[in-house]
Amino acid sequence: MSKLRVYVPTDASALAVGADATAAAILAEARRRGREIEVVRNGSRGMLWLEPLVEVETARGRVAYGPVHAADVAGLFDAGFTEGAAHRLGLGPTAEIPFFKAQQRLTFARVGLIDPLDLDAYRSLGGYRGLAAALAMSPGEIVETVTASGLRGRGGAAFPAGIKWKTALGAPAGQKYVVCNADEGDSGTFSDRMLMEGDPFTLIEGMTIAGLAVGATQGYIYLRFEYPHARRALERAIATARARGFLGADLCGSGRTFELEVRMGAGAYICGEETSLLESLEGKRGQVRFKPPLPAISGLFGRPTVINNVITLASVPVILDRGAGYYRDFGMGRSRGTLPIQLTGNIRHGGLFEKAFGLSLRELLYDIGGGSLSGRPIRAVQVGGPLGAYLPESQFDTPIDYEAFAAIGGMLGHGGLVVFDDTVDMAAQARYAMEFCAVESCGKCTPCRIGSTRGVEVIDRLVAGEDRARQEALLRDLCETMVHGSLCALGGLTPYPVRSALDHFPEDFRRAAAGSARP
Amino acid sequence: MTIPSPNRAHPLPAEPPSNLGPQERAAVEDACARLKALPGALLPILHAIQDALGFVPADAVPMIARELNLTRAEVHGVITFYHYFRSTRPGRRVFRLCRAEACQSVGATALEAHAKRSLGIDYHRTTADGAITLEPVYCLGNCALGPSVLIDDRLVGRVDAARFDELVAEARRKR
Repeated sequence: MSKLRVYVPTDASALAVGADATAAAILAEARRRGREIEVVRNGSRGMLWLEPLVEVETARGRVAYGPVHAADVAGLFDAGFTEGAAHRLGLGPTAEIPFFKAQQRLTFARVGLIDPLDLDAYRSLGGYRGLAAALAMSPGEIVETVTASGLRGRGGAAFPAGIKWKTALGAPAGQKYVVCNADEGDSGTFSDRMLMEGDPFTLIEGMTIAGLAVGATQGYIYLRFEYPHARRALERAIATARARGFLGADLCGSGRTFELEVRMGAGAYICGEETSLLESLEGKRGQVRFKPPLPAISGLFGRPTVINNVITLASVPVILDRGAGYYRDFGMGRSRGTLPIQLTGNIRHGGLFEKAFGLSLRELLYDIGGGSLSGRPIRAVQVGGPLGAYLPESQFDTPIDYEAFAAIGGMLGHGGLVVFDDTVDMAAQARYAMEFCAVESCGKCTPCRIGSTRGVEVIDRLVAGEDRARQEALLRDLCETMVHGSLCALGGLTPYPVRSALDHFPEDFRRAAAGSARP
Repeated sequence: MTIPSPNRAHPLPAEPPSNLGPQERAAVEDACARLKALPGALLPILHAIQDALGFVPADAVPMIARELNLTRAEVHGVITFYHYFRSTRPGRRVFRLCRAEACQSVGATALEAHAKRSLGIDYHRTTADGAITLEPVYCLGNCALGPSVLIDDRLVGRVDAARFDELVAEARRKR
């Protein structure tokens, strides 16, 4: 009998529902039956509702079963899953599962296919071809390629990556830095985490290319402490890349240098804001800086710094490998390429879905996402994290496009969708938005530091039915002050979820007076 | 105008008075010795101390300040700015409950109430038996499989009240 190869993800979300126990049970059961077996711990395929998703390599490709818990393992062996046989947990060939098949995976092309720390597997699937292309180009040509691809910052602000790079390249020579913002704090997002755990070499390669492009020799990945699994994956991958000559002095024999280090955050949402992040990296409180100067001119330790989100940097290798036009041909309007969309919260098919810009929210929620997890009607979707607007059903036809979301007073942010069914209390969500801002404010701007606490109090009075018209006017006025009186997006955008809740779900703020409660 | 920092103008005595135990002192000295040459060394040092001891003792502040040529106020300011750093010893396990929106949409608010009630503590507190410290956290990146809890470094998804009680029972078995 040939050696059996089985894949069990090592992604944190898979581990969170028992993937380690599943892997151990498969090994033990194979041993008991005398089957020679190799269990590969891959990244997640992104179909998180099916985790732990187990795949078996068969003559007709990889066949999936899920969710597979340790108790299911003996039954799977009995049914002949080692040959891809039918079973109640059987899902057929992985690549044919509709959720997976409908995607266009550019940035996540390898995630879930390979052992994330296997550099040879990475290279066998196109890894480090982007760096090879970049090493043959001048810095200006690399920047031009990234600009021409239309890649915009995937962290939320959607600023064209090539423009940032060009500014840093044009800054006077001397020590420059590349900083990766891996402080993925938005609720409803995990694409950074999944990429760092599932294909860390892609991020390392992207940062190395950024270093070559702007003349930076040192990179930092600023990672949130909440991601211990990503930390382990990154640190091991960096050590491997260094040992194999893909990091350090004399990159791939080119004579160029790029060093990389992971730095841990310490639980501060504000450090996802780029200037706070730089302060934190310098060993200080994460307080927002005034801009200008732009980080590309005066960033980390006062030096020119390219700072980009994980997904932005991880999209660079495919652009350098396949060319700017290949990437730019995906998407719509000024939103080019693909976006790894995260379907989360109360949704049946939660997971990561990478696709060209342009799908509607409705298609994502119902066709791809399968509707709510609870089976109840979807009442609201928060797009773009805790600073994103709550969208009602009437806005579900909005396409996934930066400008289309801006036009309805929302933002696409980092591509996270949080689904709520009809049991949600939107006044409570508005209150939470203010409360979150109060907890996480860096304290620099008064409207954010104090206004958020006052906001909680005003919402409490509004919901209690005290002089409603006056409280609502006060709340809207406060929101206006926060929008215009805050340096960064935390104070400046917290009013978005609050106002959208007020605008689209006013009935939830009138419950106390009406004496009725939602189910 | 530059106001000279007191530390720099009048360096502290070589051995500031301290109530640190030998193990704690060793952890602080080791972290400083290994990491102080890094650019922006303060956060890495605080992480190393908290990794070793579970918290950053107040008496470590003057030692760190002296090593990095910072004021005690600067070090204290950084420790208190970040939610993760703590100045008191935690329980044997730290439970971090996700409070963020994606987990709310699948029942995190009820789980939070259950956790506080069943443990008999609020956030930032430790159970009387010293077993469990309860902390809020704002997103663990497990938003499709919430409600989520991080127990030390172990992430657990789809946690309801019954699963929470099992996790607590497991944690209490740790000595």
